[in-house]
This record gives sequence, structure tokens and C-alpha cells, in this order.
Amino acid sequence: MSPPLLDVEDLSLEFRTRQGVVRALEQVSFGIGPGETVGLVGESGSGKSATAYAIMGILDRAARVTAGRAVFRGVDLIGESESRRREYRGRELSMIFQSPRTALNPIRPVGAQIADALRRHAGLGRAAARRRAIELLDRVQIPDAERRSHAYPFELSGGMCQRVLIALAVAGKPALLIADEPTTGLDVSTQAAILDLIRELAAGGGMATLLITHDLAVVAERCDRIVVMHAGHVVEAAPRSRLFTTPRHPYTARLIASTPRPGTKLRDLVPVPGTVPDLRGVLPPCRYRTRCERAVDACDEPPLPRIIPAPGELVACRRPL
Amino acid sequence: MTALLDARGLAKRFAMRGAGGWLHAVDDVSLAIAPGECVGLVGESGCGKSTLVRLLTRLTDHDDGRILFDGHDIGAIPAARFARTPQRALIQMVFQDPVDSLNPRFTAFDAIADPIRRLGTRESRASLHDRVRELADLVGLPLELLGRFPHQLSGGQQQRVGIARAIALSPKLLVLDEPTSALDVSVQAVILHLLADLRGRLGMSYLFVSHDLSVVRLLSDRVLVMYLGRIIEHGRVDQVFDRPAHPYTRALVSAAPVLEPSARRPRLRLSGEVLSAIDPPPDVCRFFGRCPEGYDRCGREAPNLRAVDGGDHAAACHLIGGAVLT
Repeated sequence: MSPPLLDVEDLSLEFRTRQGVVRALEQVSFGIGPGETVGLVGESGSGKSATAYAIMGILDRAARVTAGRAVFRGVDLIGESESRRREYRGRELSMIFQSPRTALNPIRPVGAQIADALRRHAGLGRAAARRRAIELLDRVQIPDAERRSHAYPFELSGGMCQRVLIALAVAGKPALLIADEPTTGLDVSTQAAILDLIRELAAGGGMATLLITHDLAVVAERCDRIVVMHAGHVVEAAPRSRLFTTPRHPYTARLIASTPRPGTKLRDLVPVPGTVPDLRGVLPPCRYRTRCERAVDACDEPPLPRIIPAPGELVACRRPL
Repeated sequence: MTALLDARGLAKRFAMRGAGGWLHAVDDVSLAIAPGECVGLVGESGCGKSTLVRLLTRLTDHDDGRILFDGHDIGAIPAARFARTPQRALIQMVFQDPVDSLNPRFTAFDAIADPIRRLGTRESRASLHDRVRELADLVGLPLELLGRFPHQLSGGQQQRVGIARAIALSPKLLVLDEPTSALDVSVQAVILHLLADLRGRLGMSYLFVSHDLSVVRLLSDRVLVMYLGRIIEHGRVDQVFDRPAHPYTRALVSAAPVLEPSARRPRLRLSGEVLSAIDPPPDVCRFFGRCPEGYDRCGREAPNLRAVDGGDHAAACHLIGGAVLT
């Protein structure tokens, strides 16, 4: 394996709330190679977005990274000052969000918003930024880009707004794009088109992608490697070819069994038992313990085993499948 | 068997302010739902699914066509008066986002009791407490959660409240508008099982609206595919999803992400712009221009629904040789 572009090492994060300290992430580790597409999956509350926000340095004020690093091209982003991080964001590191309409400025035409970013990050002049913005809108396959560049977000469909955000995100030719649920709420055909677009841009520019989603079918089609999170832990990481044929963590197996597939009957669709545990207070070493049908008394003994079957893989379980 | 809901030739046009013209949101749509049947309705956003649902639930008046429900011509009653007819209680809805659709100031108990207080009979109001507890039990909501407000419930629990409220008046038709798209897959599986179980136990019919084809397939007997205000294909779920006849349905099916590599189909990419629904030319197929298989006839003559293979399977495409259905 080539040296990773991004290496997240033992990242732990807490949120201080009025109801107590939420241990949102605990010893989260994974890497992304140059040009690689990695999927980050898990239920809501598993810490997918918190991980992305920590890497980007856009965490809420209530959040505090208590341990760990996120090393991007040899620089630990967590330890960097905000001004240094700002130099990375939008250039080498960029992100797109779930609700494209709310991520865009509602009272500014979309072309001007892209031009603003180009003037800030690429140092282009007004006219050059404007021309480049239209080129970018064209590149994300917005028909009639010149005319659409004058449109406000409310005049565009959700799929079109997401294309604008992608244009914004790739404007600085980033080495890593973090896509947080980029197609949730979009139609299947729009979803496929947006994911195709991300893949084409990634392949063309050698861009690595971290695709965050709760939809296993999406990562199964789009990602080289998949990282499965549950309640703030990485429970399994594996190449796509292995994860779906022979999942090792009981949670991964349950998640796969709960995803509808063509041809399966409703009775074959087995829900994951229980719910994501409350992350306040004292937690057992394995946070899947209470939901797991394979749990034994030994599972309560710290530390949580982290088995590495092969480089880039991980299974955090005492009794893996 | 007589249908529970039988809609014929429904049409709804909205006047476009400023630009002028009419937006044909629903155009000559006919559909029937048998007692106890689950019919899926799929299509992209903007295809008219939501307007069709609003017409069938009598929230909006239609311009053409008629709607028979449970033997009554409910289409003849203006939408503004429909709330005071007995049929109103028999058609209920479950919405996509349980957070947005529940009153934040109502406890779970009040949310479930509200339809009974408003539309219930005198007897049902008298036994309100027992009925709410019975409903919570039916949808698997722990009774101790009845005193909680929506923000104190998980997404799955909120959707259980939404379902309990919808079945409170023992409806005959439940319209499910993307009931699981805001939920995690693990919770989605639970809610789908619950919906299937309730249909079996209470004998309700479902109209299941979703853009997630694999979910529609799990729950539905038949499916309708809508494109720009028209039904362009319908049939049993296995017919439509395994042997889609309309080029649009084929593209839709091939765009859905699939877990197993072996089950994947080659992607059919649609190019071109969607035709505008504002005053669409009556002699042009709505899919023309975006259709990979369109030819000159599609620009001259709009196709009608034609029988594809046995049973109810039909599609509106000139490439299908079957008999024209009326």
C-alpha cells in the first residue's frame, strides 16, 4: 500500500452537553490512500459526521478532541492552528454536505458563490474567477452553465444544487473530498448521476474521496474500501470485495442483513436488534455488547481487541465471525 | 372484486403566475386499489406523485376525472368540505419526516388521541385512554413513552407514533409517503415489518409512495411508475422490476444501487433535459428527448398504455406491440 494521504490515528472526541459528556468518538483509526475512495458507514449517531468535522476542523464549540491525530500529507490537522487549517480547507481538503440548498448562500447567484471561492483560494481576478466558475459549472454537467450561473439556489433542483456544491468543492483541485451523505434525499437517478460525477472527477484529478453514507448499497457500488462505525467506534474496516462476502464483525453482518436487496422477501430482512447506546456515562469496552447475539462475559473485559487481519483492515471484536 | 379506491382520468393543472400557461401536474391518471392491497407509486421528484396523493386524499380539488372510494363518489365533494364527511376518517396518511409531521407540543399520547378527539365517534372518545394504549401496543410503542414529547423519542419511535395516529380511526386506506426514507436501515427494517404486520392484521390497503425501489418492492403487490404527470408503466412488482418494459422504468431500475455485484445491471444513463410540465405538447411522448430509444413517431404521437405480458402489466411506449388499454 502506498503511504496514506490521510491517516486518522486513535481519534477520540467528546461533546460537553448539559446532560453530561458524550463520548462521541473513541480511538477511531483509518487511512485513505491517494486517489482511493473510502466509504464510511453506520447508523445515525455512530460518529460518521463527527469524524469528518474533526478532520475538517469545523467542529462545534461544545466538541473537544481528547486524543489522537489526523495526519494529512505529513501534517497533523488536529494540532494545527485555525489559520493554518483554513489554508487546507477549500484547497487540498474540501467537503460537500447533505442538504445542498442550506449549504449555499440563498441570496447570492450560484456562479458568484463559486467565483468568490476562486478569488479567495486561487487568487483569481474578478473576470477570470467568473469565467472559471462557468467552466466548473459546465464540468459538473449543469446544462446551459452560462445562464444557470445567474440562478439563485431556490431556482435550482436539489440535484442541481448538489452539482453546484461539488463544483465549489473541486474548484481548488483538492487531494481529498469528504462527501457527507451527498445524495440522501435525492432521487435514485439523480443519486446515480451525482455519484458518477464524483467518481469521474476523482478519477480525472487523482482525488481521494471519503464517502459518508448510511446506505450500504451505495458504498458497495462506489468504494474501494469500507469503514464501518458503530457508537463512536470503528468496528470493521475491509476492502469491498471482503466486507460484503465475509463480514467479520457481528454488527457489519447485521447491517448487511437489514439492507433491502432486489429479490429478497420482507421476511429475509432482519433488523439490527436494539438501538445505538447512550454515549454518556460509563460504557463497556465494546459498545455493541448490548445488541450483540454473540456476546460473552469476556466481552466486558477491557481493552476492546482490535484485530488487523491485513494492512488497512480492522475487526474490533472479541468473537469475530 | 370491487376496488376500494377507483380513480379514473384524474387531472390537475396549476396556473403559472407571471410566466403564464398551465403546469400539468397530474394528467389523465387512472388507478385502482383493491381492499387489503398494497400499491406502490414511484417516480422522480417533480413527477406529480405528491399532487396525485393530494388529489386522492381530497386535500386538493382535481380538474378532471372522478374518485370512487368505498362505494362513494368522494371526488364530487369539494376538498374544503371533505373534512366533514365520514369517508375522511377512512383515508389516513403517514408522512416522510416524523419530526416535522408531529406537533412538538403534543405528547405521544396527545398525537395519537388527536384524530380520535377530532373525528372519532362518541363511544371512541369515551374510551380514549384505552384506545390510545391499544394503538401504542399495536405499533410496538412502549406505554411508558406515551407521556414524552417528539424530541424525547428516537426516529423509529416517532414514526411509530405517526403510524399509531394514522390507524387510530381504523382507516381502510393508508397513504404512506416515503415513510422510511428519513430512517436508518436498521430502523427501516423494523418499520417495514410493522407496516406489513398491520396490513395483515387490520386488513388495510396501502398506497406506498417512495423513490426507493427496493423498499417499494418489499411491501407492494403492484406498482405504478409515474413520469411527468402520467402513469407510464404499471404491473405486479416482479413484472415491473424484473422485466421493466418502459425505457424510463429500465433506467430507473438500473440506477438503484444494489448490494450484490451479481445482481447489478448495466447502467442506462439518461441524457437530455426533462420536458417541461408547463403546457406539454399533447402529441409528444413525455419521455421524448431523454429516451435512449426514442424515434420519430414519439415526437408525433403520445403513446397510450399498452398491455405488455399477462395480467395487469402495461406500459405507455410505442416500442411495445400489445393492445392499447383504455
